Amino acid sequence: MAEFSMGQALNRALRDALAADPSVVVYGEDVGPLGGVFRVTDGLTAEFGEDRVFDSPLAESGIVGTAVGMAMYGRRPVVEMQFDAFGYPAFEQVVSHVAKMRNRTRGRVGLPLVIRIPYGGGIGAVEHHGDSSEMYYAHTPGLHVVTPATPADAYSLLREAIEDPDPVVFLEPKRRYWTKAEVDLPVRTEPMDRAVVRRTGTDVTLIAYGPMVDTVLEAAEAAREEGCAAEVVDLRSLSPFDDQTVTASVRRTGRAVVVHEAATFGGYGAEVAARVTEQCFHYLEAPVLRVGGFDIPYPPPELEEYHLPSVDRILGAIDRLQWESEWTAESPAVPGRRSEVGV
Amino acid sequence: MKRTDVRPGSAPPLPPVEPIRLVDPDGRRVSDPAYTAPDHGTLLALLRAMIIGRRFDRQASALTRQGRLAVYPSSYGQEACQVGGVLALADNDWLFPTYRDSVSLVTRGVDPIEVLTLLRGDWHSGYDPERHRCAPQCTPLATNASHAVGLTYAARRKGEDTAALVLMGDGATSEGDAHEAYNFAAVWNTPVVFLIQNNHWAISVPVHKQSVAPTLAHKAIGYGMRGHHVDGNDAAAVHAVVSHALAEARAGSGPAIIEARTYRMGPHTNSDAPQRYRDDSEVEYWKERDPLARLERLLRDEGRIDDSELERIRAQADRLAATMRERLSAAGRLAPEELFSHVYASTPALLARQRQELLDELEA
Ligand SMILES: Cc1ncc(C[n+]2csc(CCOP(=O)(O)OP(=O)(O)O)c2C)c(N)n1
Repeated sequence: MAEFSMGQALNRALRDALAADPSVVVYGEDVGPLGGVFRVTDGLTAEFGEDRVFDSPLAESGIVGTAVGMAMYGRRPVVEMQFDAFGYPAFEQVVSHVAKMRNRTRGRVGLPLVIRIPYGGGIGAVEHHGDSSEMYYAHTPGLHVVTPATPADAYSLLREAIEDPDPVVFLEPKRRYWTKAEVDLPVRTEPMDRAVVRRTGTDVTLIAYGPMVDTVLEAAEAAREEGCAAEVVDLRSLSPFDDQTVTASVRRTGRAVVVHEAATFGGYGAEVAARVTEQCFHYLEAPVLRVGGFDIPYPPPELEEYHLPSVDRILGAIDRLQWESEWTAESPAVPGRRSEVGV
Repeated sequence: MKRTDVRPGSAPPLPPVEPIRLVDPDGRRVSDPAYTAPDHGTLLALLRAMIIGRRFDRQASALTRQGRLAVYPSSYGQEACQVGGVLALADNDWLFPTYRDSVSLVTRGVDPIEVLTLLRGDWHSGYDPERHRCAPQCTPLATNASHAVGLTYAARRKGEDTAALVLMGDGATSEGDAHEAYNFAAVWNTPVVFLIQNNHWAISVPVHKQSVAPTLAHKAIGYGMRGHHVDGNDAAAVHAVVSHALAEARAGSGPAIIEARTYRMGPHTNSDAPQRYRDDSEVEYWKERDPLARLERLLRDEGRIDDSELERIRAQADRLAATMRERLSAAGRLAPEELFSHVYASTPALLARQRQELLDELEA
């Protein structure tokens, strides 16, 4: 066993994929000699040559559009959008072509390509470098959307994404690039479309993905000290959604909180809450709560700590799920966020 | 019959592959068939602004190393573009800068502390765009270019002769947004000058991987626009060419693309590692083409500036740097509840609730 950061595990996954399959190509902005601004492609041009790993002109729509053409003709492109917000120029290509090619051609043309996107905040960066853009992709049928929370998953999910016959938007939680863990690489973890229970508990299910999994695990540890046994589910795949694992957990615990950095309104948590409610209604002791970013543009670095879900906010939500203790005939039975009570 | 296959206008001339230059790297005048150097007063103003700009830039880089700015993309080496472009603008013209162009904003008269707001991480933009006629610094590449087209279009509808200068990098010219803006400007005939600072690098990617056109100014031709190619380390030439293009654009002869050949002397930002992708000898080569040294030499040789005057300007630049340090330390921190203040013209109930929630949390 050796220690790998998430960035190093991703790098290793790309290297192993390039070695395993000559049709894999890696390109984008600064992914060549520089090795990417987060060094995820470090050393790959030197090892595999400019034909396999290269810098392209600086144009995201062109990067994704050419990846479509390459995938149509036998390549497996793995392209990088340098940051979440810089993936937006490619949106048309992603939504109208990447997601729809198989459907438009009645299954004749699939697009085995991967779009890697560092996403999320928490690294003290200026505007356009902290967006949580997952919902734009998750809302688009035809795309797989996955996001690792551990180095082992980073490796395994990226390998699987590259091998998948369909396009995968691969979201890398940039604030966890440097998080290290003992891993034996190469490793294959659970299949890409499965959620995983990271910690078992009986009192509440905390559901998270990508950058928030570690935060939620921390919250679960803190909750334990207060006598609450929280179960933690790491979704890994946002699309498809693993109903089975999530539903089974919430049916056991009867309570659920879903946590993400993105704006809460219309965020991924809304989908989770709806599905859990549909499938677990008779098991639920309290409404499903969301802890997410505020419904504001991503703030400047000086204020991001106030915006991002914290351990305290998650604990607050867990408290509010124990509504029986606070319930009176006058108070509403719906424990929303604190200030919503009584509004 | 109204024929639709007739296109207006004649083809603009091809830009010269050799850049227009009015002062050579040794500070000697170069004659040009089309352009004359600005007068001595303007040359002095250019030098002064470059000295102050470089000092600002150096101070900002130092503050970043001390952890007092979140990030700083330096324009060290590109001062002739930063200054030559801006000093060619009229008061009521607009500037559309990028993250790289803090010195252009200081030259335009924006308070340096307000310029640094973005990079310090206090807010996304610190100055009043309307007061200074400077759009917020733009990070998503090339997306500021169409804003300038729309703004000058609107100004013309109001009967104003407002022109705009768009700053962009060589890398940004690869983006689709750049091309859409060029075409809009040409079709609408709006008075916009696109000044491409070709500093040879887009982070780690050299310009020859962006474009195989003879010059970036050649991109203008396909849009029926004039393209100019200028020595971007020659402040006199940049000023002359931008002034000329602005005047033509204002007079209705159409927008223009100017490629200014310059060099990014430092890293892309403080967190970049240029030793991974470029050779120091290239930096050395460009050091000998320094924009400040050549203009200083010319003005000295022509007896327009001496040591004492240079000392006076440098002292002024040092004072600016010192006040930057002090005022940054003194600047108040943001109130967290400001997160909710500027999302809409009036705060919706949802955000008002979230603000209260945050305030309650901070009190607890
Ligand atoms: C749409 C978009 N894609 C990617 C980036 C990330 N990025 C920031 S600066 C930069 C290089 C830009 O190079 P250039 O346009 O030559 O300007 P310079 O930084 O050299 O001034 C890149 C890729 C971005 N800001 N916007």
